[in-house]
Amino acid sequence: MADNLLSLMTFFPLLGMLFVLFIPRDNDGLLKGFTLVVTLITFVISLPLAFDNVFATSGGMHYREFHEWINIGGFFQMNYNLGVDGISLWLVMLTTFIMPIAVLSTWKAVEKNSKGFMALLLLLETGMLGAFVSLDLFLFYIFWELMLIPMYFLIGIWGGKNRIYAAVKFFIYTAVGSLLMLVAIIFVYYYAVQSGALINGFGIQEFYKLNLPYHAQYWLFLAFGFSFAIKVPMFPLHTWLPDAHTEAPTAGSVILAAVLLKMGTYGYVRFAMPLFPDALPTFIPLLATLSVVGIIYGSLVAMMQEDVKKLVAYSSVAHLGFVMLGVFAMNMQGMAGGMIQMINHGVSTGALFLIVGFIYERRHTRMITEFGGLAHKMPVFATIFLIVTFSSIGLPGTNGFVGEFLALMGAFEGGLRWYAVVATTGVIFAAVYMLWMYQRVMMGTVTNPANESLKDLSAREVVVMLPLLVFVFWIGVYPNTFFDKMNPAMEQLLTQMGHKPAIVEVHHPAAIPAAHAVEHAPAAHGHN
Amino acid sequence: MISVHHYLLLSAILFSIGTLGVLTRRNAIVIFMCIEVMLNSVNLTFIALSKHVGNMDGQVFVFFVMTVAAAEAAVGLALMIAFFKNKESIDVDDFNMLKW
Amino acid sequence: MYSNLWLIPFFPLVGSIINGLLGKKIKNEKVIGGLATLMMFCSFLVACQNFFRLMGDSVKTHQVVIGSWMSVGNLQIDWGFLLDPLSAVMIMIVTGVGTLIHLYSIGYMHGEVGFYRFFSYLNLFACAMLMLVLGNNALVMFIGWEGVGLCSYLLIGYYFEKKSAGDAAKKAFVVNRVGDFGFLCGLFTLFWALGSKGVWTVNFVEITENAHLLQTGGLLVTVVTLCFFLGACGKSAQIPLYTWLPDAMEGPTPVSALIHAATMVTAGVYMIGRMNILFAMAPTTMMTVAIVGAATAFFAATIGLAQNDIKRVLAYSTVSQLGYMFLAMGVGAFSAGIFHLMTHAFFKACLFLGSGSVIHGMHHAYHHAHLHDDPQDMRNMGGLRKKMPITFITFLVSTIAISGIPLFSGFFSKDEILWWSFGSNRGHWLLWIIGAVAAGMTAFYMFRLVFMTFFGEQKTDARAKDHIPESPLTITIPLMILGLLAVIGGYIGIPAILGGSNRFEHWLEPVFGEALEMHHIAAHGAHATEYALMGISVAIAIIGIFVAWTMYIKNPELPAKFTAKFAGAYRLIFNKWFIDELYDFLFVNPCKRIGTFLWRGFDVKVVDGVVNGVAWVTKGIGAGLRYTQSGYLHNYAVAMVVGVVVIVGYYVFG
Repeated sequence: MADNLLSLMTFFPLLGMLFVLFIPRDNDGLLKGFTLVVTLITFVISLPLAFDNVFATSGGMHYREFHEWINIGGFFQMNYNLGVDGISLWLVMLTTFIMPIAVLSTWKAVEKNSKGFMALLLLLETGMLGAFVSLDLFLFYIFWELMLIPMYFLIGIWGGKNRIYAAVKFFIYTAVGSLLMLVAIIFVYYYAVQSGALINGFGIQEFYKLNLPYHAQYWLFLAFGFSFAIKVPMFPLHTWLPDAHTEAPTAGSVILAAVLLKMGTYGYVRFAMPLFPDALPTFIPLLATLSVVGIIYGSLVAMMQEDVKKLVAYSSVAHLGFVMLGVFAMNMQGMAGGMIQMINHGVSTGALFLIVGFIYERRHTRMITEFGGLAHKMPVFATIFLIVTFSSIGLPGTNGFVGEFLALMGAFEGGLRWYAVVATTGVIFAAVYMLWMYQRVMMGTVTNPANESLKDLSAREVVVMLPLLVFVFWIGVYPNTFFDKMNPAMEQLLTQMGHKPAIVEVHHPAAIPAAHAVEHAPAAHGHN
Repeated sequence: MISVHHYLLLSAILFSIGTLGVLTRRNAIVIFMCIEVMLNSVNLTFIALSKHVGNMDGQVFVFFVMTVAAAEAAVGLALMIAFFKNKESIDVDDFNMLKW
Repeated sequence: MYSNLWLIPFFPLVGSIINGLLGKKIKNEKVIGGLATLMMFCSFLVACQNFFRLMGDSVKTHQVVIGSWMSVGNLQIDWGFLLDPLSAVMIMIVTGVGTLIHLYSIGYMHGEVGFYRFFSYLNLFACAMLMLVLGNNALVMFIGWEGVGLCSYLLIGYYFEKKSAGDAAKKAFVVNRVGDFGFLCGLFTLFWALGSKGVWTVNFVEITENAHLLQTGGLLVTVVTLCFFLGACGKSAQIPLYTWLPDAMEGPTPVSALIHAATMVTAGVYMIGRMNILFAMAPTTMMTVAIVGAATAFFAATIGLAQNDIKRVLAYSTVSQLGYMFLAMGVGAFSAGIFHLMTHAFFKACLFLGSGSVIHGMHHAYHHAHLHDDPQDMRNMGGLRKKMPITFITFLVSTIAISGIPLFSGFFSKDEILWWSFGSNRGHWLLWIIGAVAAGMTAFYMFRLVFMTFFGEQKTDARAKDHIPESPLTITIPLMILGLLAVIGGYIGIPAILGGSNRFEHWLEPVFGEALEMHHIAAHGAHATEYALMGISVAIAIIGIFVAWTMYIKNPELPAKFTAKFAGAYRLIFNKWFIDELYDFLFVNPCKRIGTFLWRGFDVKVVDGVVNGVAWVTKGIGAGLRYTQSGYLHNYAVAMVVGVVVIVGYYVFG
């Protein structure tokens, strides 16, 4: 079982999808129920990963699976190569965790052709899980593209008014990036073969060891980085995101925010940065600048939005800016902050999209001006909304704070000092746009008669939100659950990239300062 | 003595006539016949050169061309009949539905 | 030994959760309010136990670590608590005053729709505030720091159906966040600065022990402390971030008393006290703190002179008094600052609760008479001393205390601060003058308030004037206790010059002593000078009271004449120096305009313009090229022939 746990987990949704195809299309309840069960089982299959202590002790890849797949006479070889480490572990868990929630959110929201919807959701899950566990670049690319297609249809068929434009924009933006990446992947392989390195497929762990010349790394990093930057999305490649989010159905938005955007950040951590470590320092100032600009820019634009969903979408740009800034800090705090912020963003922003979905289902509008005073009519909703709002703002005690704080602190210690200072102003703006929105939607008196008859959340809707709220506080209060299993992998990654992570073995501040100073010197001064 | 040059010259003239016909005529049947002229001019080249070089390959090819031409005639005429049923015309200028 | 410390914030947390989740079902106000108050009282008992234990203990610093919070690389953060004399004083104030205000709220909030909600928030606030003062590292403090901000947001916005309340709540949180920005930057810099010396820590005890690694007066320590001071400014409503506090009066009055007078707003002072060693190392920062404190004390007092809303006067008074505390911190009078924090907690809580009692009465009367007049406007009051005797007496006592009249608590603490601001080697006589003048203004506007509210002719609408009752016991008991404390609270810190032993200062010695000694901060001066200054400040206060008496009791027509004569100045003060408008102009509106521009101008036009532009160009090329596919057989044939000719030509002749 444990031998091919990852395969089982990855392809179980696909299997489920095949069964979904045989369910009569008018049996809506069975379709949704069955999909829910499939996603829940997938979650259960993935659970042993979360409880496995091996991640806390070793930073390498675990649950490896390796089979030769395509082999064209030594000219081209790719393998079925899976594995998971502390970095991908929580993203995998986030994916399997968020899927049942996404399915539950469709209960009332998706009415036309729910069969197709469910089939695509399951296909999408396979794509996402596969991308997170692939250790073969080519295999990764296949899964990466596999995610694109279901999402394209989810937006294009079940989306809002402007769905075609949004879907095509989403598709083309991503495709442009991924084609560049494909070229880069082929080049790396070609280079490896040419240089006589003993290459067995596109295994990234072998690619890590390649000693690519700087100029090659430069262009390759550009290609990978560009592709992932679109997915993150980083300023100024973000404009597909508000459209895609606004037009996508709730489940689509949730998955898009929670998982698909993480593909970009994960791509940086797993591929772009460790594959091309020599080129990385050249790009860090640029990327850090773009991250900071993204934070401020996303916040300012979010502030002026009139559509709640668009506001949340722009806030994603700001949140992902924190993730990227933390990751580029190239030290433990920053990396941990960035990683945990990925999870946080999945939880908080996912929850926000669900919340927007709830009111959209009731009122069929998302314009802020249409609302006001909802707290009177929907007290439970108001409470949940408030908690999620503050989690998104990054209030200490909730998940958002842990991520933002560590990312900023890491950036500050990691030589991105001024970037961190400017980015910290983002915490002010976050409060401005979220609270202003909350005030206009929930506070005040009910002025719009259409809001008079609003019903509070149903039991199903509360059940959808509860797991997310649990994680809001869990990560906020005891993030060590997650850090314990992330740390070894991050240490290994940083060492590999040539930045020794500063670790204090014994925590005795009074101990001889001079010795400490020498030990920590590399972490203290950074790139600028 | 009629040398291979004469055959080739005749073939070239026939081919040009056929080409001009295809380019200038509108009646589909005529165009079709022009194409046949072109094909046969090529056949003539094949045979002439075959004789000249002393290799039978060219003559074999001619049989292939004739077979293909026969098949083409069958398909082409059938298309034209189908078209005529719709348009009551075999003027190629009326055959302009295949565009943007 | 102090392992039950965690119970102190835990009790209110439990109360908050129970009331928050089940309050709606419980419905019974007595149960809800009783539970919340009981939880506060339990917490008070535990605080007392620890306080007295610490009194008898020779070791004055104790840390209790419950568990690890974050551990990433060289950053180790614990869920840990710190009990030392400073935090002991703070927990006593927070739980003690907190319990009284909870009790008061049962009566004051009677009949409110969101009764349970209110108590849940109030308990949560107490929890956060206790985390703030008990945290043994900057991060746990920051949880409390932002937590009180959250509760402040929730409680200011308690009447969320009112737009002004929502605006005020948002403003409070956002302005606090500006301060938090400073706090975070300071924390990052400190962590990095100490880290580069080999000590990676955010723990206060370790920071204090290792502060010597940093260079005294150096750039780093100055930057760190200035950043932290920005944080303190946000939380404690100092210039330039004070504007949220007066607006925060939109919240129910007990909230104003607890959060916006006694506890939360003093967090900044506490934080500076907690990091006194760093501040002592940065004279530039100390000077900044002192100047900002003095300026705030003066500036807020001027605004207080002309306000007519009873709570707004008290709000500006709070800002002004907080300015005194910062002045104290800035001149090195750390223990005097904390002392004033304590006495201020007593008399200002009493004043706010008293004003609440008045508002409660007025509201009751207006409600009875079906009127919609403003129950907080002092111009509608007057002569209430006969209607509400207990409220009146406690209010008067606290007013005397805040005015700095000898023998009352405020006198000791304020005088100590003024003396240090003159005599300390980090002080300056100008600071003393500003402080003394502000003290005079304080006496004036506080007595103006008392005279307008409790004395003179009753100006309430005739239909309502006979229906103003004295408040119920749950309201008056806290008033009486706080009134008593406002009188005697100062006696634990009688300075040596007045024959006391200043036990308060001795108590805080383990916290502040080292910094003061190491940097030779002390107040020097002849006893005669000290007596003289004391006399002058008392005289100024009495003059203030006398002027108020002349204007509002003896010649009630004077104020109108006065405002007519100095109309410009009056308008300026009455409109709070137009600072809110200035901030709107400088920050709020530009942000909105930039946001709109970035969205509609940059995002939609430039970025999407490029993206859509590429699409349009592609489409345009396609549109042009499609005409080559005419559908005419001839065109295709010609194209083919031309193609063949060109290719063959190329190979034959090329």
